[in-house]
Amino acid sequence: MTFSPELEARFAKMIGNYPPGRQKGALIPMLLYAQDEVGSMTPDLIQEVSRRLKVTPLEIEEVIGYYTMLAREPRGKHHIQVCTNVSCQARGGEELFAHACSRLGLHNKEKSADGQFSIEEVECMGACSWAPAIQVNYDFYYDMTPEKFDKLIDSLRQMQ
Amino acid sequence: MPDPITLTINGTQVSCAPGTLVIEAAKQNGIEIPAFCYYEGFSLQAACRMCLVEVEKMPKLQPGCTLPAAEGMVVHTESPKVVEARKSTLEFLLTNHPLDCPVCDKGGECELQDMVFRYGAGESRFTEIKHHVDEKQWSPAVYYDGSRCILCYRCVRVCDEGIGVTALGLSFRGVSAQIVPNRGDHLECDECGWCIDVCPVGALTSGTYRYQSRPWEMNHVGTVCTHCSDGCKTTLSVRNGQVLRANNRDRSGVNGEFLCVKGRFGFDFVHHKERLQSPLLRKNGQLQPVSWSEALSAVAAKFSEVKARNGQFGVIGSTRTTNEENYLLQKFVREGLGSKNIDHHRTGDVVTLLDALKGRTGALATVNDLYTAKAALVLGADLSQQHPLLAYQLRANSRHHRSATYLVTPGPVREEQFATKALRSNPGEELNLLPQLSDDLKQHASLTVLYNAAIKGDAVRQLVAFCDSLGIEVKYLPLVDYSNSRGALDMGLLPDLAPGYQPLRNPGLNAAQILSSPDLDVLWVVGANPLKSASLAGEKAFVVVQDLFLTETAQRADVVFPAASAYEKSGTVTNTTGEVQRLKHGPKVMGTKSDLDIIALLARQLNIDLGPTTPDRIFEQIRKTVHGYNVALPVVATGGAAPTTPVNGGVPVAVNPSLISPSGDTLFTSGTLGRYSKMLAKVMEAPGQLFKA
Repeated sequence: MTFSPELEARFAKMIGNYPPGRQKGALIPMLLYAQDEVGSMTPDLIQEVSRRLKVTPLEIEEVIGYYTMLAREPRGKHHIQVCTNVSCQARGGEELFAHACSRLGLHNKEKSADGQFSIEEVECMGACSWAPAIQVNYDFYYDMTPEKFDKLIDSLRQMQ
Repeated sequence: MPDPITLTINGTQVSCAPGTLVIEAAKQNGIEIPAFCYYEGFSLQAACRMCLVEVEKMPKLQPGCTLPAAEGMVVHTESPKVVEARKSTLEFLLTNHPLDCPVCDKGGECELQDMVFRYGAGESRFTEIKHHVDEKQWSPAVYYDGSRCILCYRCVRVCDEGIGVTALGLSFRGVSAQIVPNRGDHLECDECGWCIDVCPVGALTSGTYRYQSRPWEMNHVGTVCTHCSDGCKTTLSVRNGQVLRANNRDRSGVNGEFLCVKGRFGFDFVHHKERLQSPLLRKNGQLQPVSWSEALSAVAAKFSEVKARNGQFGVIGSTRTTNEENYLLQKFVREGLGSKNIDHHRTGDVVTLLDALKGRTGALATVNDLYTAKAALVLGADLSQQHPLLAYQLRANSRHHRSATYLVTPGPVREEQFATKALRSNPGEELNLLPQLSDDLKQHASLTVLYNAAIKGDAVRQLVAFCDSLGIEVKYLPLVDYSNSRGALDMGLLPDLAPGYQPLRNPGLNAAQILSSPDLDVLWVVGANPLKSASLAGEKAFVVVQDLFLTETAQRADVVFPAASAYEKSGTVTNTTGEVQRLKHGPKVMGTKSDLDIIALLARQLNIDLGPTTPDRIFEQIRKTVHGYNVALPVVATGGAAPTTPVNGGVPVAVNPSLISPSGDTLFTSGTLGRYSKMLAKVMEAPGQLFKA
């Protein structure tokens, strides 16, 4: 399996960050960056990372199973993550998540037919001061309300 | 040894070595601290919180499994606070546990059940619906019920650290966390089943044993595995004469708890429907079932007739029968029939080694030596495939004591994972590479050398000479392949050596000569299958076979006696390291007799007096007469392994290397027996194959 030259360069740098024999440490960042390029944790990708970092495919499976940020199936172009953990819940996070689901016509961890949106209920993302918060891909949106959410969706649609 | 430290556990002053964990210090003094995740000999996990203890001057309860004992420490293992904590831990462990004890295989020997019973954690505050996952079959041998799992990681650690297979992992998180196999939905591994044994609950269950029985309904018989020559103790669980399970949870024997797939699952050949259960006699060209008296008379008549006219006998003994049977067989042949033509399938050159080591004592390694040796050198053998216990010992030694391991093998082997140096060589050319290792080997105070059938004849002498040149203490371990290959050699199933390697002046015919002799009158094969790979030149030979199954050799026989397997008889066997252990009969198969009884009955029919013919009396005779077998009887009688000391003067016989050939068995084959084990046939999917020699 081959990656883009940018990603290859990134991997090369990352692997060098760890002392000899500890390359395993690069596993999670490597998977996250590779996911951005490949779309999801494909069997090919697992094999390739396993080969490069000398960890067993099973160890990679363990990591993928543990971290919800690593997806088995490709997500929507805009992956919307709604926090419903304590602070966000206290400030209307659950209602926001319900609204978001009905607005997009999706259930938790589903993807829209056109591949534009996917939605996921997540635990704390460290934005408690501005709860309820959502994250779209790598961008945070704070103090969300159903109205602000609708506007965000409209603007994301226009980006197409 | 450093000075011991003193601490107080439950009001009693105890002492232990510095660095001892509190849980171990307690155990050494007869105090049990319960634990699910802690497992002696493996890495620490501290996952289950069952071993929490109260330590004075420490503000919180401490996990006894990771806390090293310290001087003056005051520990309470069953204080009210501790009991309350354990009760709560159990309440948490039971939140999603299905409590299906009435149908769970583990019921009655379940550690979780025992703990809930002990701490009375019968009530739960949790009213939520239990998280359920369906049971999965990972392989013919291993089933996983995730709902029962308490995530102690014992299975993961024995697989990673003990066996080096890393077939199990843990995935998902929180309430969904589960043990996962290495191939997504199934296992690709050695199928040793150790994960099932160590599981403290019924999450991992065995394909052979599940839903078969309750542990208290079975008799548990400690005997010795009959598959390879490592001599692992295996405890057969027998109900109504049938073996339902094999494991070694009491850690008795040279192997502790270790068993491979053959020891744990390969017992089912005993009850194979093709087992011979009646003597067979050739009538009108067909083998037909007859009574024992008819078959014995036919053989006795033929033997007397051939003996009277001074005809030619040829006897091929077994590598799986007991020492007593081998001893009685050679006595019968030499004294009763007056023949010298006796041999067996030799799988390693022990004889040349004993000669090369003449005058030395303590130069032969035991199974335990592999765990304590500073360094080991493996020549030719794929230990993980052919001697799994020895591979386990070396791995454990490397893990616990950082011992050094050097390999010279024809192909890739699993021991390379931890080897200090690994070299590749064509079979038989291993010695050429040894000079490359001599500087490394010289650094170690002592060395254990293991070699297989690739090194035989003069090569063994060269090996000893090389090791002598290192100037360090060297112990040798000549590898042989079958469960009593060593016993067959020791008991003199050889044309030129009597029991105890006593040379005979006029040697008889060896196995190859017997089979190729056109004048052969009688071929008597006890528990062997020589005609699988060779043909019989003596067309007029009367063939008598004692075996479990109608093998290629038995098909050519004129009389076949149905023999009992090693699991069905008493006696002793000697493993590849020369340690004697006792077999105890577990199951019973109707219509069969032990080879000892068959030989004794034949002797009686022929009016040959062989003396007493019970296993105990013969072993007594062996202890008195066979050099090196004067072992401590209590050790053997209580199921222990007693090392024999066969090295004495020289053994002035020329070993013909062409008579020594390895069995070629892998982890999943076991000669004739393996063919009749359904479980071994089913699990043939594992990685790692014996390199082609």
